Amino acid sequence: MATQTQFHVLAVDDSLIDRKLIERLLKTSSYQVTAVDSGSKALEFLGLNGENEDEERNSSVESVSAADEDHQVGVNLIITDYCMPGMTGYDLLRKIKQSSSFKDIPVVIMSSENIPSRINRCLEDGAEEFFLKPVKLSDVNKLRPHLMKGITTKNEMQSNTNKRKGSEEIQSPDRTRPRYNELEVV
Amino acid sequence: MDVVNQLQRQFIDYSASLHREGFLDDQFTQLQKLQDDNSPDFVVEVASLFFEDCEKLINNMARALEQQQGVDFKQVDASVHQLKGSSSSIGAMRVKDVCIAFRSFCEAQNREGCLRCLQQVTHEYSLLKNKLQTLFRLQQQILAAGGSIPVVE
Repeated sequence: MATQTQFHVLAVDDSLIDRKLIERLLKTSSYQVTAVDSGSKALEFLGLNGENEDEERNSSVESVSAADEDHQVGVNLIITDYCMPGMTGYDLLRKIKQSSSFKDIPVVIMSSENIPSRINRCLEDGAEEFFLKPVKLSDVNKLRPHLMKGITTKNEMQSNTNKRKGSEEIQSPDRTRPRYNELEVV
Repeated sequence: MDVVNQLQRQFIDYSASLHREGFLDDQFTQLQKLQDDNSPDFVVEVASLFFEDCEKLINNMARALEQQQGVDFKQVDASVHQLKGSSSSIGAMRVKDVCIAFRSFCEAQNREGCLRCLQQVTHEYSLLKNKLQTLFRLQQQILAAGGSIPVVE
């Protein structure tokens, strides 16, 4: 069963309106939200300012999962806009996936542009979902399974024995096979 | 509660006309659905942000298009892209549609076309602003009379 009562989502978007919208969508779905306006602020929030923090965390087995209570920042999912000045959502995705502390946090990308090659690249490089803007409540509803998977993975890492009741079968996400949300691959 | 019913009727009719005339699309309805007791001013707040954004971006575009020594179309396009995004997020369909055309002219580096679009977008923005202000006024009247705001599908 979930060890947390509320999931914490980190939302990243340079548009104030879109930040407000995603925040409302997430809060309506009972998620705790932190909204920032850039990829670098997101990394700052996570504590990934430079390589050093990452190396320190490497040695600590306890703080591998971001859902860990001991961790300064408990983020269960990151949802980011693609097109942002400076660090794009894709750059942010790569940085998260390269981080030993945070690579298991599900990342979702949003974009106003329907560009199949962009979408595929994000999905292949580890994004769980790709939402076309404007993001709707039905999109946000798709986040829950990814968040639940994070909880299960954490339990697995902590205990190594299968004590969960009624859990879905646990498998690492198939990153090589792109997944689509009503999108066509050209 | 005759007054409330009358006002609610007006609100519904006005809302419907805004949708019918293409000022607003389904995304605006989505925003209204997200408004609740926890966030009673959500739509008005988002609309205010949108209008501020519009003004800022329109000014940016105008300035960029005025440049005598050569228009930086990438800069214009960046602003149009942002406006397109915001208008899409709030459901401002007519503004969004102008932005789509505007981007084509930016790509083609067509200054005349861009200026025409700038004029259109300014026009659409101010039309929408007036209409939403009317809509919100009706909302306020309904609430002041003790009624609730109907959700228009």
